[in-house]
Amino acid sequence: MPLLAVWSWAVGFSIAISAVVFLTVFGPRPDIATAIETPRFLFKFLVTITLAVSAFYCVRALARPGESGRNTILCLAAAPALIVTAVVVELFILPPDIWSATMIGTNSIVCLIYIPLIGLGPLVILMLALRHSAPTRPGLAGAVAGVLAGGIAATFYAAQCNNDSPLFVATWYTIAITGLAVLGAIGANQLARW
Amino acid sequence: MERRDEAELARLMRAAISGDENAYGDFLQQAACLVRGMARQKIVYGGIDPEDIVQETLLAIHLKRHTWRQDAPIMPWLYAIAKYKLIDVFRQRGRRMEIEIGEIAETLAAPTSQSVSDREISRALATLSPGQRSVVAAISVDGRSISETAKWLDLSEAAVRVAFHRGIAAITMRFSRTLSGYE
Repeated sequence: MPLLAVWSWAVGFSIAISAVVFLTVFGPRPDIATAIETPRFLFKFLVTITLAVSAFYCVRALARPGESGRNTILCLAAAPALIVTAVVVELFILPPDIWSATMIGTNSIVCLIYIPLIGLGPLVILMLALRHSAPTRPGLAGAVAGVLAGGIAATFYAAQCNNDSPLFVATWYTIAITGLAVLGAIGANQLARW
Repeated sequence: MERRDEAELARLMRAAISGDENAYGDFLQQAACLVRGMARQKIVYGGIDPEDIVQETLLAIHLKRHTWRQDAPIMPWLYAIAKYKLIDVFRQRGRRMEIEIGEIAETLAAPTSQSVSDREISRALATLSPGQRSVVAAISVDGRSISETAKWLDLSEAAVRVAFHRGIAAITMRFSRTLSGYE
């Protein structure tokens, strides 16, 4: 099977597994019908989907010898740039005395548990795909695979999470996804050497 | 040369992927030559056989041949694999690099002998005033610290510092003059 097909399958399975875990363990938040009309709720998906898509192109390039990952690594900056912009806007809108309360939110621990929980299945699948590929920098490729798993997981988790502030997303989603990236880097260093 | 290799290798690999075993044999042979050249260039000290790199790379090419995209250039792919294997072999060897001490003994510096004799030291000290002489002797010859010397001679530390500095300066002046006198 060509490598492109392998990666497409891997991502397809990853999304499917995440969807199953999401629907069986918690499902969307109760007020999703009204939330979906607010830009703050939708913006979370813009960020997480951008992150997942850029990480997908990046890890696919890193999986092949001789393919320069340099340009695709730059794409990875798109989602952070979006969230940083949103944080700045949010800081202008919100009065300073509720900044920290908004950032800490109401369910940060849930976020730190659910994103890795949903992302673990995708991470395992992506590790197998990396093992089948030939990353010349396994650690880096693994970290980006972790970001991809995190991006997929965060996209599902965003539908459950009732904190829509960019301050919350920038803090807790980032920590959770970084955790998956570290796991991915360690995992790929063990599994994806060839 | 590069360009001809590129087109030829890509053609052979495409033929190999569609089942032409002779083409695959030719491909591996040409790839081996290229990698051998690269490995010989990169291995500047002994201990690693370029043929090890060639073998490792050919094996990796075979196991990972599905990672070449048929519409992409093949040389960067080939060289990236060779480089990865080169680094891998270096890393493995590096971890248990053993060098016989006898092999490098000639490059070790011989222990330097004391270049100043006692007679020369006393000749240098003799040119100083008695106060400076005892300070310089205590610090440079006996190896005492500034504060020890100060206590021993019943002087302030600042006075010891000044005397030491002037004494050394006087010796330097005196001996550089002597040296330039020889010229």
